[in-house]
Amino acid sequence: MQLPILTVLIFLPLLGIVPLLFLDSKNDKVLKGYTLGLSLVEFVLSLRLWFGFNEAYGGMQFVEQHNWLPQYGIGYHLGIDGFSLLLILLATLLTPICVLATWNDVQHRVKEFMLCLLFMLSGMIGVFAALDMFLFYVFWELQLIPMYLLIGVWGNPARRVYAAIKFFLYTMFGSLLMLVAILVLYFYHGKVTGEYTFDLMKMYGLGIPFHMQFWMFLAFALAFAIKVPMFPFHTWLPDAHTEAPTVGSVILAAVLLKMGTYGFLRFNMPLFPEAAHYFVPLFCILAVIGIVYGALVSMVQPDLKRLIAFSSVSHLGFVMLGLFAFNMQGVQGGVLQMINHGLSTGALFLIVGCIYERRHTRLIADFGGISSVMPIFATIFMIVALSSIGLPGLNGFVGEFLILLGAFQVNKLYAAISATGVIFAACYMLWMFQRVMFGQCTNEKNKVLQDLSWREIGYFLPLLLFIVWIGVYPNTFLNKTQATTAQFVAQMEKAKAPKITLSQLLKTKGEAR
Amino acid sequence: MTITVPAFSLSSIGPWLTLTLAAIVILLVDAFSPRGRRGIFPAIALAALAVAAWQTHSLWGKAGVDFSRMVYLDNFAFYFYNIIILGTALTILLSPHYLEEFGKNLGEYYALVLFAATGMLLMAASAHFIMIFLGLEIMSIAVYVLAGLFREDSRSNEAALKYLVLGAFASGFLLFGMAMLYGASGGTLYLSELANRLSSSVALTKPLTLLGLALILVGFGFKVASVPFHMWTPDVYEGAPTNVTAFMAVGVKAAAFAAFARVMFLVFPAFTVQWNMVLWVLAVATMTVGNVVAISQTNIKRMLAYSSIAHAGYLMVALVAANQLGAVSLLYYLLAYTIMNIGAFGVVILVGRKQDQYLNIYDYSGLGFQHPALAATMAIFMFALAGVPPTAGFVGKFYIFSAAVKAGYIWLAIIGVMNSLVSVYYYLRITVLMYMRPAEADLGPIPFTKGVTLAVALTAVATLAIGIFPGFFYDMAVNSVKIFPGLLG
Repeated sequence: MQLPILTVLIFLPLLGIVPLLFLDSKNDKVLKGYTLGLSLVEFVLSLRLWFGFNEAYGGMQFVEQHNWLPQYGIGYHLGIDGFSLLLILLATLLTPICVLATWNDVQHRVKEFMLCLLFMLSGMIGVFAALDMFLFYVFWELQLIPMYLLIGVWGNPARRVYAAIKFFLYTMFGSLLMLVAILVLYFYHGKVTGEYTFDLMKMYGLGIPFHMQFWMFLAFALAFAIKVPMFPFHTWLPDAHTEAPTVGSVILAAVLLKMGTYGFLRFNMPLFPEAAHYFVPLFCILAVIGIVYGALVSMVQPDLKRLIAFSSVSHLGFVMLGLFAFNMQGVQGGVLQMINHGLSTGALFLIVGCIYERRHTRLIADFGGISSVMPIFATIFMIVALSSIGLPGLNGFVGEFLILLGAFQVNKLYAAISATGVIFAACYMLWMFQRVMFGQCTNEKNKVLQDLSWREIGYFLPLLLFIVWIGVYPNTFLNKTQATTAQFVAQMEKAKAPKITLSQLLKTKGEAR
Repeated sequence: MTITVPAFSLSSIGPWLTLTLAAIVILLVDAFSPRGRRGIFPAIALAALAVAAWQTHSLWGKAGVDFSRMVYLDNFAFYFYNIIILGTALTILLSPHYLEEFGKNLGEYYALVLFAATGMLLMAASAHFIMIFLGLEIMSIAVYVLAGLFREDSRSNEAALKYLVLGAFASGFLLFGMAMLYGASGGTLYLSELANRLSSSVALTKPLTLLGLALILVGFGFKVASVPFHMWTPDVYEGAPTNVTAFMAVGVKAAAFAAFARVMFLVFPAFTVQWNMVLWVLAVATMTVGNVVAISQTNIKRMLAYSSIAHAGYLMVALVAANQLGAVSLLYYLLAYTIMNIGAFGVVILVGRKQDQYLNIYDYSGLGFQHPALAATMAIFMFALAGVPPTAGFVGKFYIFSAAVKAGYIWLAIIGVMNSLVSVYYYLRITVLMYMRPAEADLGPIPFTKGVTLAVALTAVATLAIGIFPGFFYDMAVNSVKIFPGLLG
C-alpha cells in the first residue's frame, strides 16, 4: 500500500503537538529543538511530493479520497497539482526556518508558540491539498486561529489585540460569504446533476448560468481578495504585519497571503470561467492600482515592517495581474511570483527580525551605517532587497518579467503602468537600504551591534539558495507547473465573457433564486 | 356508571415516570433522613436520568400514539428526550459544589430540576395542545422556583419574579391562542386533527386561525427568547443561579423548540408561504438584536444570555426554511448548542467561585496562562459558539444555513452568516482577555471539583468530537424528522 503522503503531512504536525504538551515548558531549547526536528522531518517527507511528482500530468496527483459525511456529499478528498505542490513545499521549507528564527526571539510562552506553529503548518498544507470544498473551508478557517493567537499573544504589546481582531474579523467576513456561495453551488450541482456533493473536481465544468456565476464569483472573490490582499481590501495587512512577531509576519506574508491567490486559481477561475473573463478589467485595474499604490505608500513608511507590508500589496498586485492574463506566461509568472514573494518577503521579515532583536526598534530613522558594523548581514540584506526589486539573475525578475509579458499580450496599458511598479520598488527598497545600511554610523547603540550568528546565517542560506536558483534556472520550478498551467489556460480559453451589461444582468438576478 | 379506561402502555411514558419517581424519592429522603446525606441527591438524580436515557433508547424507533392519542411516540420526540436528558444530567453535574457554596445544596433543587425535565419531555412528545400546555407549566413553574433558589439574593428574587410574571403572561397568550384554534378548527386540539382541518386555505386564512397562530407564536416566542419577546432573558439569566441559567438556556429552549417545531411542521406546513414572512422577520430580529447587544455586555452571564437569544435566532432560521434539512439542522443544532453552552456555563461556575465573585468578563484576563487547560476549554466553547470549524457549532450553523439556502432564502443565510461574524467579535473578546491581557490580579486557585470538571471536560471533548464526526447524530436526526410529511425536500 502506498503511503498516504498528504494525510501524513497534514496530521504529523497535529499529532506532534501531543508530545509537545508533555515537554517541560521551562526548557525553551528542548521545546524549540523538538519543533525544529519535527518540522525538518515534515520537510523531508514533503520532498517525496517533489520527487514523486509527474511533471507531464496537469491533473491532480497523490489523490486520496475517503468518505467523511457521505450523507451530505462531504468527502475527505486530497490531491495536488503543480500549483499546490510549490506552495506546500514553500510552507514546509519555511517552518523549520521560522523555528530557527524564534531561537532567541521568543522567550515567553514558548510551548504555546510552538503549538501554534505546528497547528498552522497543518492548516496550511490542508488548505493547499483539500479538493473538497467543505474540507477546504474547514482548513481555511482553522488556520485563522493560530495566526490570530500568534499576533495577539506574541505581537507588539501596544496594538497587537487590535491587529489580531482586525485580522480575524476581516478574513472571517470574506469567508462567511464564500460559505454561502459554496452552499448555493452545492445545491445547484445537486439540482442539475442529481448528485449532492462538495467535491471540487465534480464542480468543474458544471456550466453554471452566467447570472449565477456573477454573484458566486463575487462572493468567492471577496474572500480571496481580502486574503491576497487586493486593493482596497488590504487595510488589515499593514496592521497585522507590523504587530505580529517576526515569525508571524514571515508565515503570514510567505504562505497565508498565497491562499488568496491560490483560491483564485483553484476556485474562482475554473468554477466560474465566464464570470472570470467578465471581471478581467475590474481585477486587472484593482491589481494595477495595488501595484502602484502599494509601492508609493511603501516609499513613505517610517517603519521597516510597514514598508515591507505595503510592498507585499504591490507584489501581490503583480501576481493577480499575471493570473488574470489567462495565458501561459502570465499564469506561470504569477505562480512563480507567489513563490518568489514568499521567499523574498519572508527573508525581508527575517532580516527586520534580526535587527529588531538587537535594537528593539524598527524605525528607519534609528538606523544608518549598519553595513560597516554588520557586513555579513549587509550582504544578505542586499541580495534579498535586490531579489525583491526584481534584479535580473535573482528570482523576482523572472516572475515579474513573465507576468508583464503575459499582461502585455492582453492589455498594453496595464502592463505599462505595472512596469512602473518595478521602478518604484527599486526606489523604496534601495532608499530604505541606503538609509538603514549606508552612511555614517552615528547612533552609539548601533556601533556595538553583533553581526549575524551561524544560526542566523544558517536559516538565510536556504532562502538565498532558492533566490539565486530561481533567478538563474527557473525551469526547475516552472516545469513543475507547466502541465498544470497549460491545462488551466486551455480550460479558461474555452470560456468567453458574455456580452451583457450590468443592468441587464441585475434584471435576470431574480431567476437565480 | 362505568368508566372505561382506554388501553395504554406505561412504558411509552417510561422516562417521565422515572424522573417523577426519582424526584419524589429525593423529596422523601430529604424529609425523612437526617441532615448530612446530601451527596445522595445528585447520585439519585443522575441514576434516574441514566435509567430514563436507557428507556429512551429502548423506545427509539417506535412510532404511534398512546394515552388516547395524547402522546406521540416517535423519534422526533425521542431525539429531544436525549437532548433534554443530556442537558439535565450535565446541569446536575454542575450543581452540588456550586450550591454548597451558597448553602443551598438542597433536596428540593434536584427534585425541581427533575420535575422541570419531566415537563420538558412532555412538551417534546405532546400530541395535543393541552399536553403542550401541561408540559410547559410543569416545566415553567419548577424553573420559576429554581430561578429564585438563592432567596437571600435580591437579584435571584428579581429573576424569579420577573420570569414568573412574564412567563405567566406568555402562558396566557399561548392558552388564548389554543382557544382560538379550537374554535377555528371546529372543536379539536389534537395536532394531527388540526393539521387536517386547517389544511385548506379557507380555513387557514380565517381571522380566528390567524389570531390563534399569532398568539401561539407569542407564547413560544417568549419561551425560546425570541425578539421582541426576549426582554426577560438577560435579567433572569443574570440573576438566577448559574447552574439554573445553564439549565434554562439549554433545557427550556430545547423543549420550547420541540413543541414549537412540531406545531409548525405538523399543523401548519401548508401555511408556510404566509407564515414564513413573519418568522423570517423574527429570526432576523432575534439574531441581530442578540448579537449586537451582546457586544456591549461586561457580565459574562449577561453576555451568554444575549448569545442565547442570538442562537434562538439561528434556530428560527431552521424553522423558516421549513424543509427536511431545516428540521434536521434544528435537532442537530440544539444538541450541539446544549453541549457547548453547558460547557461555557461550567467554566463560568469554575471561574466565578466563592459565591460568584468573578462574573465580569475582565476576570478572565490572564486565565490562559494561569490555568491553561481551563482556558483552552473555554476557548473551544467560544469558538464553537461563534461557529468556527471544526467544532459542533460550526457544523450546526452549516446545516442551518444549508437549509436556508436550499429553501431559497439566500438573503436570510447571508444575514445569518453576517450575524455570526458579529458574534465572533464578542466570543473572541473572551479569548483575547484570556490569552492576550495580563491578569489584573493573581487569580488564585480554582477549585476543580469533580462534577464540574467532569462536565466541562466531557462537553469540550464532545464539542470537538461531534464537530469532526457529525455523521452519527446527523443520521439520527434525519431518522427523526421523517414523521413530518408536510416538509419539502
